[in-house]
Amino acid sequence: MNIFLKLSKVDRRFIYIFIALVVILPLILKPKFPVVPTKPVQDVYDYVENLPEGSKVMISIDYDAASMPEQQPFLEALLRQLFRNKLKPILVVQWQLGAPLGTTALEKIARETQAIYGVDYINLGYRPGYVAQIVGIGKEIRDYFKTDYRNIPLDSFPIMKNVHNYNDIDLLVGLEAGATYLVWIEYAGGRFKQKIALALNAVSAPDAYYFYQSKQIIGLVGGMKGAAEYEALVGKPDLAVAGMASQSYSHLVIIIFIILGNIAYFVEKSRKAKEGGK
Amino acid sequence: MLKGKGIPVFITFIVGTIMIFSFFIPHKPFGDLEKISLNWYSIIAGFTMLLGVDSLIGMHYRKITRRTGNWGYSIVLIAGFTGTVVIGIIETIRLGTAFNEASYFTYIYNYFIVPLQSTMFSLLAFFIASAAYRAFRARNFDATLLLITAIIVMLGRVPLGEQISPNLPKFTEWIMQVPQMAAKRGIGLGISLGALGVSIRILLGIERSYLS
Repeated sequence: MNIFLKLSKVDRRFIYIFIALVVILPLILKPKFPVVPTKPVQDVYDYVENLPEGSKVMISIDYDAASMPEQQPFLEALLRQLFRNKLKPILVVQWQLGAPLGTTALEKIARETQAIYGVDYINLGYRPGYVAQIVGIGKEIRDYFKTDYRNIPLDSFPIMKNVHNYNDIDLLVGLEAGATYLVWIEYAGGRFKQKIALALNAVSAPDAYYFYQSKQIIGLVGGMKGAAEYEALVGKPDLAVAGMASQSYSHLVIIIFIILGNIAYFVEKSRKAKEGGK
Repeated sequence: MLKGKGIPVFITFIVGTIMIFSFFIPHKPFGDLEKISLNWYSIIAGFTMLLGVDSLIGMHYRKITRRTGNWGYSIVLIAGFTGTVVIGIIETIRLGTAFNEASYFTYIYNYFIVPLQSTMFSLLAFFIASAAYRAFRARNFDATLLLITAIIVMLGRVPLGEQISPNLPKFTEWIMQVPQMAAKRGIGLGISLGALGVSIRILLGIERSYLS
């Protein structure tokens, strides 16, 4: 009994050490975990797979470095799929601190697949005032993005020929760490009937499930687990799949701590009841 | 005659009404008026950044001059801010964009911002584990139900759940798509109705707290 009472007063630094170990060790030892895609993730993958060659896919970077482990693997997997299928990504950024992350991933995968800037893909960069921008793209994208992220006029790029508004964009994929996706759904989806897929941080993914059920979004990639599923579907397991062992073990350790904490709670409760009865 | 707070309330009413009409009637004149309003919105949004910078620098400058608590950190902040802006401008002139992979601006981003933000966010794992251990107790029926559901979802959302039983992820998905979503939808509808009510109050000038 005593051990449980001691456990209830355990120094939080022991808990921190346990968590650090179960996160770090699997990253070093690399145990394999099978990743089985769930339906919301499969739906995004299938939709992209069925897009005809040359389709334009707008990718919105609505996250920053804090969400990088969850969002960046999905972005890279998605870009691999797009370039492999000869689809054309158009990158926009709504979180200014996410701009370099989007640029880095886009350039990395474009190099891998020998995609040509301005022909196979383009990076429009960041503009302030995302609500106005999301509504405004419904009329003319050039009202907000006259140039790309390097200040080169949009009309000088073949990829942007005949791209004016949502009618010319076949799919919008929002990578979301906050609530920007609500504006995409309200205006781009609700008003302009733009097809939308979302990748959300694990903590906010449950908030978007009802948009998936009501078919306001075509699919949902939730957190690092969703990114791992997407990597598996694309056929190139990478950082997210590697992170699954750490995430699995850290969840397990947290569950064990919760159970131990509850045992300690009930032991303490029964001890107090006995003392009170004496 | 309009005077005092009546002027911004009147502007809010006019602009808000135009936006509502243009949503349902996207043709002339409302379509054009909406376009102009959105452009203004973008310009104002750009300038709000300047206000933010002014406020941030002003606050930390005052902390330094008054030598208030932890004023040393304010020097680091101002030095970091100034250095980043200067390097960003120089690299934009030199390479055409500060986001070029060879630029020092990107170096600052990759080796300062990314580790700092990632560290802050990853600390959550430790705090959540510690908080869950100390606070997640089966004190009554509701708490027990929440605890059991949390454990199922935590296992079902990682590949380990699939190893335990292939049905666990399916059950987790059911939890996410049915009971979880029912509660979220209720909350979402409540928030939306509340936002609608506040919007109408703002348009009609009843709610004026945003002016203070």
